[in-house]
Amino acid sequence: MIPGVDGFMYPNEVELQWSLLIVLYPYITGLVAGAFILASLERVFRVEAVRPTYRLALLTALSFMLVAPLPLQLHLGHPERSLEMYLTPHKSSAMAMFGFVYLWYLMVVLLLEIWLEYRSDIVRMAQTGSGISRLIYKALTLGSENISPAARIIDDKVGYAVTVIGIPSAFMLHGYVGFIFGSIKANPWWSTPLMPIVFLFSAMTSGIAAVLLLYMATTRFKKIAIDMRCLDTIAKYLFYTFVIDFTLEMLDLIHRTYEADESFRSLDFMVHTRLWGSQVVLQIFLGTLIPLSLLAANQLWRFAEARRRVMYVTACSLTLVGIFAMRWNVVIGGQLFSKSFLGYTTYKVAFVTREGLLPAILLMLLPFVIFVVLVKLLPPWERSEAH
Amino acid sequence: MDITRRDLFTVGGKLLVLASVGATLEQITGAAPPSEAYRMADHWWGMIIDIDACIGCGNCVRACSKENGVPKGYFRTWVERYQVAEGEQPHVESPDGAMEGFPPSARADLKSFFVPKLCNHCADSPCVQVCPVGATFVSPDGIVLVDETYCLGCRYCVQACPYGCRYLHPEKDTVDKCTLCYHRITQGLTTACCENCPTGARKLVDFKDPKDPVHDFLRNNKVEVLKPYMATRAKVYYKDLDGSVR
Repeated sequence: MIPGVDGFMYPNEVELQWSLLIVLYPYITGLVAGAFILASLERVFRVEAVRPTYRLALLTALSFMLVAPLPLQLHLGHPERSLEMYLTPHKSSAMAMFGFVYLWYLMVVLLLEIWLEYRSDIVRMAQTGSGISRLIYKALTLGSENISPAARIIDDKVGYAVTVIGIPSAFMLHGYVGFIFGSIKANPWWSTPLMPIVFLFSAMTSGIAAVLLLYMATTRFKKIAIDMRCLDTIAKYLFYTFVIDFTLEMLDLIHRTYEADESFRSLDFMVHTRLWGSQVVLQIFLGTLIPLSLLAANQLWRFAEARRRVMYVTACSLTLVGIFAMRWNVVIGGQLFSKSFLGYTTYKVAFVTREGLLPAILLMLLPFVIFVVLVKLLPPWERSEAH
Repeated sequence: MDITRRDLFTVGGKLLVLASVGATLEQITGAAPPSEAYRMADHWWGMIIDIDACIGCGNCVRACSKENGVPKGYFRTWVERYQVAEGEQPHVESPDGAMEGFPPSARADLKSFFVPKLCNHCADSPCVQVCPVGATFVSPDGIVLVDETYCLGCRYCVQACPYGCRYLHPEKDTVDKCTLCYHRITQGLTTACCENCPTGARKLVDFKDPKDPVHDFLRNNKVEVLKPYMATRAKVYYKDLDGSVR
């Protein structure tokens, strides 16, 4: 008997290959895509109510985007060779496209949109600042210091175009991550054409929840009055997105259960044993049904402001836990059962190892450090207050 | 021996002429050339396995491990014992990959047989498809190989292999797998596992060789590949493979 193994695993399957860090990767890219799509609500779809979160959402997306490749890099057996993915990409590999999708999204969409959005602020700060901060803002102007009304109109038009391009790019970024898993025919837990679309909607759900929480946290920290109309609108969109996400996931579940192919018995047993806590309790009950009920209640009844805030904070926090659990269940769950469908292995997270809990915690804290720096460098408040 | 300037020019000149007409180092140095140069395009390797002939001794696993320096706890080949009761899920085991064979079975009333496993060297390999840098590839003679100087160690190929044939080498941090003893077969030898099989249950075959017994074998026997629904065009054929085998 091999410790941690029940039934029969192919001998090379006992050890899990994709660890906690690979759980973080879709989680983080999902937050990026979701935050960006929330930002585009204001910019492209003219949902004026969410304007106070526009800049915040962009900075959130950038903070997480900068960290997104790190878990992958840390996971590689030979991280020093990772540039080969750019230099000699294997065209038939879904993973080979990661670098290009990432660069496109980071450079063409996010950085450009943020720069255009902040350009007039940057120029002003370069002119009024002093010392090192003046130099930093001067560098950030990239030599473009014309902030005449005509120039700002151009900024706005180009920014709009970038956002329009950004929406399908955000869809591509996370749909693509789903495809990495969904296209593995050897693994029935992953192999479904629904995977990209499930990843996409779960990304939107987590990104919207994260921005809502960050908005509430920053208003409290900055002692700025919270815009309840904005909060209610975001919560409404979160509810809609979550309903679609949950529907898609349930569709997948119902389809698997009804079809009951040769893998079903094995996967069903796994859900009822090894994944019971993370899937049924954390993901479905705590991370989906409770937040969905809280959000649904707010669509049906009007609660007092203070109560709404508590409900939103609870719903969004649980949503983030639920989506993390979903990523865990996909990545780790997909490796707990044998491809022989005759056995199960166990995953134990180590603490201070290259792919252990400590680096994972640090990697999850890093975006918040970057966020604080970005908010300091590019304050998101001026414009919203001016409005 | 004193070498004069004239000797140096004479030998050097001869070497230059031979090199310029494309002579090999062996010809230049006077060593005998190989009797038959190995041409990749002339071969398309695979394996045939006779389930009924396998006695589960584990010789193949030990030979492979020794020949290829396979790290402990990982397997380029292994043997599974299936014990099947009517209408039930099969009971399968492979203690340490059958490195030391199998303990005697406690159940004599079950259908019992051994299944040697190895990389199927699929012509449409899912592992090759997903490698982000092309470090794993199908060679012109049909062997799925990994370039360990190029592999990132991302392990996407491990996930994509339906048969569990790949692992991350714990010291090299690159993916490792059966090479069908490429270093041997290109020298005209058979694989270590085939050479050490006492019953001839596994045989290296060359589908491009019209004289290879594989053609008769495929014509005269009921054969199957593992997980045919995966459509990988696997090249390891099993004689009389039971439907319960995964």
